[in-house]
Amino acid sequence: MTVQINRVDGGRVDRGQRIGFTFDGVRYEGHPGDTLASALMANGVRLLGRSFKYHRPRGVLAFGSEEPNALVELRRGGRQEPNTRATVAELFDGLEARSQNRFPTLRHDLLSVNDLFSRFLTAGFYYKTFMWPRAFWERVYEPMIRRAAGLGSVSLEDDPDAYDKGFLHCDLLVIGAGPAGLMAALTAARAGVRVILADEDFEPGGRLLAETHVIGDQPGADWAGQVLDELAALDNVRLMPRSTVIGAFDHGVYGAVERVADHLPAPASGTPRQIFWRIYAQRAVLCAGATERPIAFANNDRPGVMLGGAVRAYANRMAAVPDRRVAVFTNNDDGHRTAADLIAKGIEVPCVIDTRADAPAVAGTDLFAGAQVIGTRGRLGLRAMTLRLADGSTRQIDCGALAVSGGWNPNVQLTCHQRGRPQWDDAIAAFVPGDTLPAGLRVAGAAAGRMSTHGALESGAGAARAALADLGHATVAPDLPRAEDAPVRLQPFWHVRGARGRAWLDFQNDVTVKDVTLAHQENYVSVEHLKRYTTLGMATDQGKTSNLGGLAVMAELTGKSIPETGTTIFRPPYTPVSFGALAGRSVGRAFHPVRETPSHTWATEQGAVFTEVGDWLRAQWFARPGETHWRQTVDREVLQTRRSVGVCDVTTLGKIDVQGADAAAFLNRIYANGFAKLPVGRVRYGLMLREDGIAYDDGTAARLAEDHFVVTTTTANAVLVFRRMEFARQCLWPDLDVQLVSTTESWAQFAVAGPKSRALLEKIVDDVDLSNDAFPFMACAEVTVCGGCRARLFRISFSGELAYEIAVPTRYGDAMIRALMQAGEEFDVVPYGTEALGVMRIEKGHAAGNELNGTTTALNLGLGRMVSKKKDCIGNTLSERDGLNAPDALRLVGLKPLDPGDPVAAGAHLMAEAGPVDAGHDQGYVTSAAYSPVLQTPIGLAYLKDGAARMGEVMRLVNPLEGTEVRVTVVSPHFVDPDGGRQRA
Amino acid sequence: MIIHHPLLGPRDAQEFVYLGDASLIDRPDWQAEDAAGAFHDYLYLRDNPAGLHRELWFHEQGDRSWLVVTRDTTTHEITSVELARDVARARGRSR
Amino acid sequence: MGYSGLRVIYEALTGHKGWKPAWRDPAPQSEYDIVIVGGGGHGLATAYYLAREFGQARIAVLEKGWIGGGNVGRNTTIIRSNYLLDGNEPFYELSLRLWEGLEQELNFNAMVSQRGILNLVHTDAQRDAARRRGNAMILNGSDAELLDQDGVRALYPFLNFDDARFPIKGGLLHRRGGTVRHDGVAWGYARAADRRGVDIIQNCEVTGFRIENGRVRGVETSRGYIGAGKVGVAVAGSSSRVMQKAGLRLPIESHVLQAFVSEGLKPLIPGVITFGAGHFYCSQSDKGGLVFGGDIDMYNSYAQRGNLPVIEDVLEGGMALIPALGRVRLLRAWGGIMDMSMDGSPFIDRTGIEGLYFNGGWCYGGFKATPASGFCFAHLMATDRPHAVAGAYRLDRFRSGHMIDEKGQGAQPNLH
Repeated sequence: MTVQINRVDGGRVDRGQRIGFTFDGVRYEGHPGDTLASALMANGVRLLGRSFKYHRPRGVLAFGSEEPNALVELRRGGRQEPNTRATVAELFDGLEARSQNRFPTLRHDLLSVNDLFSRFLTAGFYYKTFMWPRAFWERVYEPMIRRAAGLGSVSLEDDPDAYDKGFLHCDLLVIGAGPAGLMAALTAARAGVRVILADEDFEPGGRLLAETHVIGDQPGADWAGQVLDELAALDNVRLMPRSTVIGAFDHGVYGAVERVADHLPAPASGTPRQIFWRIYAQRAVLCAGATERPIAFANNDRPGVMLGGAVRAYANRMAAVPDRRVAVFTNNDDGHRTAADLIAKGIEVPCVIDTRADAPAVAGTDLFAGAQVIGTRGRLGLRAMTLRLADGSTRQIDCGALAVSGGWNPNVQLTCHQRGRPQWDDAIAAFVPGDTLPAGLRVAGAAAGRMSTHGALESGAGAARAALADLGHATVAPDLPRAEDAPVRLQPFWHVRGARGRAWLDFQNDVTVKDVTLAHQENYVSVEHLKRYTTLGMATDQGKTSNLGGLAVMAELTGKSIPETGTTIFRPPYTPVSFGALAGRSVGRAFHPVRETPSHTWATEQGAVFTEVGDWLRAQWFARPGETHWRQTVDREVLQTRRSVGVCDVTTLGKIDVQGADAAAFLNRIYANGFAKLPVGRVRYGLMLREDGIAYDDGTAARLAEDHFVVTTTTANAVLVFRRMEFARQCLWPDLDVQLVSTTESWAQFAVAGPKSRALLEKIVDDVDLSNDAFPFMACAEVTVCGGCRARLFRISFSGELAYEIAVPTRYGDAMIRALMQAGEEFDVVPYGTEALGVMRIEKGHAAGNELNGTTTALNLGLGRMVSKKKDCIGNTLSERDGLNAPDALRLVGLKPLDPGDPVAAGAHLMAEAGPVDAGHDQGYVTSAAYSPVLQTPIGLAYLKDGAARMGEVMRLVNPLEGTEVRVTVVSPHFVDPDGGRQRA
Repeated sequence: MIIHHPLLGPRDAQEFVYLGDASLIDRPDWQAEDAAGAFHDYLYLRDNPAGLHRELWFHEQGDRSWLVVTRDTTTHEITSVELARDVARARGRSR
Repeated sequence: MGYSGLRVIYEALTGHKGWKPAWRDPAPQSEYDIVIVGGGGHGLATAYYLAREFGQARIAVLEKGWIGGGNVGRNTTIIRSNYLLDGNEPFYELSLRLWEGLEQELNFNAMVSQRGILNLVHTDAQRDAARRRGNAMILNGSDAELLDQDGVRALYPFLNFDDARFPIKGGLLHRRGGTVRHDGVAWGYARAADRRGVDIIQNCEVTGFRIENGRVRGVETSRGYIGAGKVGVAVAGSSSRVMQKAGLRLPIESHVLQAFVSEGLKPLIPGVITFGAGHFYCSQSDKGGLVFGGDIDMYNSYAQRGNLPVIEDVLEGGMALIPALGRVRLLRAWGGIMDMSMDGSPFIDRTGIEGLYFNGGWCYGGFKATPASGFCFAHLMATDRPHAVAGAYRLDRFRSGHMIDEKGQGAQPNLH
C-alpha cells in the first residue's frame, strides 16, 4: 500500500472512504469522487502508458475525455476493456487497471527501441520502403508492423454485460452541464418545457467544479449544486449525468450514451452496462465547453507535462497534484490562474514562463516574460526543463510537473457533424462554431467562444430563450448572478522554434513538428493530406488536443493564415462509443425477431429440425427413430407423400387480400398473365415481372368473389410484393377501386398433398363435395372445417400430386395440424418439411427462389408465352428488349447424371462434353439440385444456353470449387409426371 | 431523419422504406410510339439533383401510405410531404 | 531518386533534406491533349496509364479540392476479384492482378495486403449461390475455396458459432482478396503520374464543358478555361452533377455509404469477413483499428454523412457475428457519396459527345476497381476502343437489355 503523497487539501473527493484498486498489479488507494487518473496522481504515479509509434513514456495530459495519453485496459475476461481513458474511469473498489501497448513491462518496454530509430520512422516512411523483395511485405514486414501496432487488446471472450437502447423526446436538449448548460437548462425548465440536461461527467457542473470562481456570493460549485437541486425537483427535467451526446443527426436527432454501470464492479442485476439513447429534440443547446491545447516544444511529451487547466482541475476538484513542484508555461492569462490556484493549495510553483513579453505579474512566483521552454529532462517522467529567456539566455529549472496552456479551443465537434465548418476567431485564436449549424442547434458558453463565467451564464440563458421563442414559448429572463468576466488575453503561440529535439503535436500517434515540416516539404499540404500522411489527429481523441497545433505549424510553413490553411471536420462520435451500446439488445439469438409458424409447437413435439427462412423458423424435416441421416428422413417424407399423403405448413407464403370492384383489373396489370377473366371459385398461377421485365415473383391468385381475390407470394418476397402492389395502387392507378391487406399472419395454411389427400380432407372439410368434378384442379372455395371453423380451400399443387392447401384463421393453426394428422392416420399421413417440399418441387420442375434470382426472364423460365402482349402490365414493355431475348438465351432444363452415383451440385457450371473448361465456354449453371427418391438419382434444375433445343445432350457439369466434374444429360425439367395427370386426378 | 406524415404527424424515417425519384409515378403509356424508349428513360434515367429532390417513401411500419417527400439532398432538410396518391392524381393519373 | 529502404536510411542520416514533393503543383496550361476531370483514384490512375501504357503526353488531372479526397480516401480499403457475372469478373481479375504488382509499378508502398476475404454463408441457398460464384471466379482465373463450418471456425474461432440467430454454415474464401492503404493509392498514382509529366491541378473545379458541333473542346474551370483534345470524367459520387453540365442524364443515383473505424487494438482479425445474415463486414488495419461498414443509408444524398439507423444496424450485425467486441469502441464514422447505378455495375464508355468520355457508376465498389478502371479508361481514351474486359460497361446497356446485375435487384440503385 502506498501513501497518497500528492493528495492536497479541499476538493470534492470523499476522504471519509477509502477505495482500493490496482494498476499493473500494484495496489493503491483512492476515494469516491476520484477518477483512475486522479487517484494514480495522488499516489504519485506519473507513468501510465506508452505512445503508439515510438513507445515513449506517457502520463496524464488532460482532465477529461480529450485525454490522448493515459489509455489503460480495465477489468478482465469478457469485461476486459481496452483503451479506456484513465481520466474518465471512475474509481470503484476493486478496480483493476493495466497499462497497454508495452512489453514486457511499462517501465521496461522493449519497443521503446523505436524511439532510438525515430529519425528513420518519420511521417509516412512506410510508403517509401518495405517494397523489396515483393513477397516480403505480407510475409515479413506487415506481420511485424501489425504486431507492434494497435493499442489495447480484446480478451475474445463474450461480453457478459447487457446493453440497452432507449428513446427520449424533449423540447430542449442541453448538452453539457457547466455554467452555460446549467443556465440554459434552468431558463427552459422554469418555462415549463421538457428539458434534458446531459453531461458526460459523473458530477455535473463542468469547469465550475474545477475552478475557484465565485458566482453571486458563493463558490461556483455550490451554485451548480443549487441549480441542480432545483432542476432535479422539476418533473419536466431529466438530468442525465454520465451521458455523452455523441452525435448530432438529421432533424434534431441526437445520440447519447449513458454509462449506467461503468463505475461499478459489475452492473446491478437486471440493469444494463450502458444505454444508447436516441434523443428527439425540438431544439438543442450545445454547452460542451472548451478544450485546452498544448504548446509544442522539445520533448514536451514526458509524463508530468500537462495541460494547465487540467492541473488546476485535478488540484481543485480532485485534490491531487502531479508533483509538489509545478512550473507553468503559458501564452495567455489562463496559465496564471493555474499558478495562483496551485500556490493557494500550497504547491511550490518555481516560475511562470509566459511567451508574452508584456505578461502581467503573478503573485507568489517568478515570472519569465517573453520566455519559452526549449527542452525537458527525465527518462520516465519530468525532472527538469530548460528555458530560453527573453534575452536569449537559458536557464534550467527543476520541476516534476509543467502546466502548459496554449489557449482554449471551443468544443465545436457537434456543430460539424452535419458538415458545418467552424470559423476562425482572432480574439481567442481558435475556431468557433460557423454559420451553418445543425438545424435547431444553438451554441453557448465556451463552446461558442464565450470564455468567461459571466459569458457562459449569459449566453446559456440567451440560447435557451431563443430556442424556446422558436417553439412559441414565453420565457422570463433569469437574474444572472454576478460572475467573473475576464477577457481572453492571449498571444497565439504554437510551437517553440530553434530548439533541438522533437516537439510533439499529437501525443498518442507521435506526430511532431518535424513530421508536419516533412509533409509540407513533400506537398502533403492540404490539411486532409497532412492528417492522412502524418496521422495527426487520427488517434482515439480525434485530434482534440492536436489538430490545431498541426494546422498552425502548416500555416506557418505555407505562409497562410490558419483559416486559409483549413480545418478538419469532426465526425461522430464525439467520444468513442462501445459496440455493445450501439448494438443494444440485438445480440446472440435476439439479433433478429423469430417468426414461428402456427404448427411450430406441434412440430417441436414431433422432434422437427428447424431451419431459418428469413426471420421464419420452418420445420426442415421430421426425423424418426432409427433414421441416421437427414437424407433418409427426407426420402421417406417424399415417397410417403407421393404414395399416400403428406402435410406441410406453408403459412410463410405471403398472402395478400385484394378486394374492390377493380380487383381483377388491378391484378391484370400486376401479373404478366391475364387475370381479368378468372372465374369465381378458381385459382390461377401468376407470374409477376419487375418493370424491367425480369421475373420477380410467382404465386397464385384465387378468386373468392367477383370483387375478392387472395394472392399468394413466395415467402421471401411477401413484404416486397405487397409494397410494390401498394405502389401500383397508390401511385400508378390511384382511382382504381381496390384495397389491399397483407394477411400472411392472419391465416394458417397447410399443404395436403398426395393421392390420399382428398380422402383425408373429406374427413376435415364440412359438407363440401371434393370430387374431381365438383372441386377440380385449381378450384377454390370458402368452406368450414371440423364442424364450423371458417376456412379456405385451394386445390393447388407444388409437389405435382393431387393436392390442396387449406387455410384457417391463425389461432386455429395448431388445432388444424393436429386434426389433419389425426384424420390422416388411417391413410398413413406424413408431415414433411421444407427439404422434402424442395425435393418434390424440383422433381416437378417448379421454379423457386433459386430460379427467380432477379436476373431471369419469363423466357428463361420457359414461361415466355405467359407474358401477355395484349394488355398493359408491369414489365411487359421492357421485357421485349433484345438483350433479354437473345436466340441463345438461358432456358430452364433438367439434368441427370449419366452415372446415378455422381453428384449434381447447385452452383456447378455446364460445359460442352468436349473442349476447354473456362468462363469463355460456360454454357449455364445449376440452380437447384436434389436427390430424387422417385428416380433414385441426383437431379438438378439448370439454366442452359438455348436449353430447350438441347434435350438429350450430354454435358460436363464442372465444380472446380470442390474438384468435381460429372457427365450429365439434359432433360426436361419436369422429372415427375410431366403431363400433370396426378394433380388433376 | 423525421418525416412529417400528412396524416400521422412526425415519424422517424426508420419506419419508412425509400424507393426513389417521384418521377416513378409518371409511368409511360405502353401503347405510345417508342414506348420502349419512354420506359427506358422512366425506369433508368435520373436527374439525381444536388438540392431539392422529390422522392417516394413508403410508410411500411405505419399506415402503408406512399408519400412524396421534398428533401434537399445536400442538407437532408425536408420542405414538404404529400400523399403520393394526391400527387399522382394531380399529375393526371387515375385508373 | 526513387523510394527505397536505402533511401529512407540515407535521408534519415542527412536530415531528410532530399525528399521532393510527391507531386508538383503546376499552374494549369491553356491547353492539354487530354484532361481528366477528377483527381481521385480512378482519375489519377487513368492519367498514369495514359502516360505509361499508351504513350500520351500533355495530360492534366483537374481536382476541385485535394486529390484523393473522394471515395478513394473514405472507403474500407478492400480489394477483391470475387464477382459472379461475365461482364464483371474478368475486369476485377485484371484489377487484382494490377494490385498485385502495384508497389513495384508505382515505386510507392500502398500496402497491398492479400489477407483473404471470407464471405460467410448461413443458408443452403446462400451456399448454392456461393458455389455458383466461386466456380465462376475460378473459371475466370481467380481463386475461391468453399469452407464448411469447421473451416470457418479454424480461421475465425471467435465468431458466434454457438448462440447465433443465423448459424454460420460455411463461407466462400477468396485468398487473394485483401486490403490496401487507400490514401496511398491516390498518392502513389499521383506521384507516378507526376513523374511522367502529368499536371495534377488541385483546387480547380470544372464548372462547364465547351462543346462545339458535338465535339468537346475544353473545360471551363474555377481557374479559367482549359482547352482539351479529349476530356475524361471520373468523378464518381458527383457524376450526375458534372455530366449534367454536358447535358447528359445518367442511370445513376447518389447515395451515402457510411464507414467506421474502431479504436486501435492488438491484432485480432487477420483478414476480411463479411456477415451473410446482416449488414456488416470488417477487417483490421495495420494500425490496429477495425475498419468496417454495412449498408448504404438508402436515400439519395450528397451530404457525405449518414444517420443513426444505419450506424446501429451495422453495429448490431457486428455484435451478432463477433460477441467479443462489446467493449471495443467505435472511434469514427464518416460517409462517402456513391454513384449507385441501375444494375450495380459501372460505366466506362464514350458519350454522345465526341471526345468526351465517362467513367462512373461504381456503387460502393470503386476502390478495388481503381487500377483496372484507370487502365481501361486510359485504353478507351487513347484508342477509342473499349478494353476487352470492360466492354460491357456501356451507358446504353439498359436500352438494349444487357444489364450486369450481380445482386439481381433490378433498377433500384439503393438495393445494389
